[in-house]
Amino acid sequence: MIRILSGDKPGSRFLSLILFGVLIALAFAPFLFDGTRALDTAARICILIVLAASFDLLLGYAGIVSFAHTMFFGLGAYGVALACLNLERGFGALAVGTAAGAGAAAVLALVIGLFSLRVRAIFFAMITLAVASAVAVLVSQLSYITGGEDGLTYRIPRELTAAVRYGEVPEFALTADWVLGGQRITGKIANYYLVFGAALALLLLMLRIVNSPFGRVLQAIRENDYRAEAIGYSVVRYRIAISVLSAVIAALAGSLFAIWLRYVGPDTTLSFELMIDILLMVVIGGMGTIYGAVIGAVLLVLAQSFLRDVMSSAAEATAQLPVLPQLLDPDRWLLWLGLLFVLSVYFFPTGVVGKLRQLRQRRTQSD
Amino acid sequence: MSDVGVAAAPRVQNTGRFAGVGGVMPWFLVPLIMGFGLLAMAIQALPNDGETLWGVLSSPDLMRARTLPAVAAILPSWFTLTLAGLAMGMMFFLMASGLTLVFGLMDVINFGHGAFVSVGAFVGVSVLAGLSGWTSSPEIALNLAAIGFAIMAAMAVTGAAGLVFERVIVRPVYGAHLKQILVTVGGLIIAEQLIHVIWGPAEIYLSRPESLKGAIVFKGVALETYRLLAVAIGVVIFALMSLVLKYTRIGLIVRAGVQDGEMVEAMGYRLRRVFIGVFVAGSALAGLGGVLWALYQEVVTAHMGADLMVLVFVVVIIGGLGSVTGCFLGAMMIGLVQNYTAFVEPKLALVSTITVLVLVLLWRPTGMMSRSGGRQS
Repeated sequence: MIRILSGDKPGSRFLSLILFGVLIALAFAPFLFDGTRALDTAARICILIVLAASFDLLLGYAGIVSFAHTMFFGLGAYGVALACLNLERGFGALAVGTAAGAGAAAVLALVIGLFSLRVRAIFFAMITLAVASAVAVLVSQLSYITGGEDGLTYRIPRELTAAVRYGEVPEFALTADWVLGGQRITGKIANYYLVFGAALALLLLMLRIVNSPFGRVLQAIRENDYRAEAIGYSVVRYRIAISVLSAVIAALAGSLFAIWLRYVGPDTTLSFELMIDILLMVVIGGMGTIYGAVIGAVLLVLAQSFLRDVMSSAAEATAQLPVLPQLLDPDRWLLWLGLLFVLSVYFFPTGVVGKLRQLRQRRTQSD
Repeated sequence: MSDVGVAAAPRVQNTGRFAGVGGVMPWFLVPLIMGFGLLAMAIQALPNDGETLWGVLSSPDLMRARTLPAVAAILPSWFTLTLAGLAMGMMFFLMASGLTLVFGLMDVINFGHGAFVSVGAFVGVSVLAGLSGWTSSPEIALNLAAIGFAIMAAMAVTGAAGLVFERVIVRPVYGAHLKQILVTVGGLIIAEQLIHVIWGPAEIYLSRPESLKGAIVFKGVALETYRLLAVAIGVVIFALMSLVLKYTRIGLIVRAGVQDGEMVEAMGYRLRRVFIGVFVAGSALAGLGGVLWALYQEVVTAHMGADLMVLVFVVVIIGGLGSVTGCFLGAMMIGLVQNYTAFVEPKLALVSTITVLVLVLLWRPTGMMSRSGGRQS
């Protein structure tokens, strides 16, 4: 078990419990929760976990800020979409699209890295921002290829759609009116397990990467790049390598997203809002932990659905007061997340995961 | 930073070669881009109806016959576009100058700078709406007075906002680039949301004052009045800034601080205070840029600042972080390139900017006029 996690234990009993809970909930999502909306949320969480974790490789482990992560995500998504539209319907198209998207992401990340990381690491943040917005504008304008603002809808293999039925879950009654099982196993559920399995595999792969000697060097560079350089590691090479790796994994997450949603559009894959969401997930969950991405993604998705409800009821309750209702308007949820973001960078830069680990350490020390 | 393992190591390492002509080289780039713009527009105008561009280009006779009429045909629109590009560039310069100085002085990279642009625009629009009697009168003096008031109010508010932003957001994270980027992005989000809270979520449309609406036609060339005003304001600010930096004591300290901050502090100057002053001035200039941009586009949105930051960062990078002159030239180049490409092939406007960025960085990896030496991380 520890070997599968590459020896990187969550480091806190409470955290392990939460992670185990998330794993169980996602693994049995089609049977635990009813309705397509719940399944859709579960798939979204799986994909966002991979996306946030791949961003954590850059932000948390290499100490580089990139604003082009959604661009790589979008490359993967559009790769699958274009392949499905232009090739014969089948798994071959999915494979070709995924490979093409990942390849394009790798090349683009390499070029951006050569241009900006070679000179100063902070150039990277600004240049990725510029390139990402150029690509987003290009995608929405070249509508004859990308469908423009409307995006693209396409068909994925029949085996992965709700039209195919594989069987039924045997029913068994716990009490007279509490019956488990009985759902139909459709292609949609097969599709969910494709997403879930791929996400889990990618997450374990990333744990492997950060706990390898390569990951150690990255952390050394993050802590003190001069010293790492002096020891004899080529800082530029390592930074470029990790930015390419993280871009490829983001593109793979994008491909999964495209396979799940059967639609790609600039708003869902390339927007700056998504980039902000990823930043929030990684920082609030805990930078440089990978597990932080899991916590952050789950928290943010839950917050997006529940915070709005809480805020709208709070806004109604304070409707008589002057400014409060506007501040508590459900559309202003980003204001509060932004505040939380700034405060968490100040006061607990290691995020939820770091905080939990700290508590555990303090307890073992006092024993 | 070393270049270990990079095949194409930058050749600009020995500054001696560039000491003579290198310093003024960037100045030639602006006219060069104007020339390129004219060339691109002329080439596009070469073929008549029913001819392909390639057909004209491959026959020398046809080329000779067409070149002069093509140039003559597009010359008026070239003038109009050049003015538009310069006006746009001036606004980019106003927004970027504070950013580049703040970086040069204290190594602070402020991703929330765009918030000041948005706030300035919204304050300016509110003031202009309040002075609607002045803006709708045909009298040019009243129009200019209204804009003047709007600019002053916007600069006062964004300057104050800059003071708060520096104290609350930036100060706790001095010296840590990663945290600076994160926290200032957080500040940008909060500022945008607060704009939504104060002014409402919808975009606000406005119209320019009466006397700035039309264009002056001079020998067949239409020059928009407002663009002329924007260029004039930009030139005045650039000149003032250069004079202050060059001839005053505070300018001397700022320039010395950009070159070697530790040395200036060792000599007993409180660079922190100078920095706060520069931060506030830079924020106020961004607010001025915001008002001008609002009147240029005739619409304001809360995320306009964040959108503009993309171009502003390109300007700052190609100019060389910390250099006001580089920032000015970079802003002109980007403004012109944007306008020419928007005319020749509208879809590629932002891509052309990235191309300029790539070319400049190939030529000088730290930007056109960056300080040599100093901290590099």
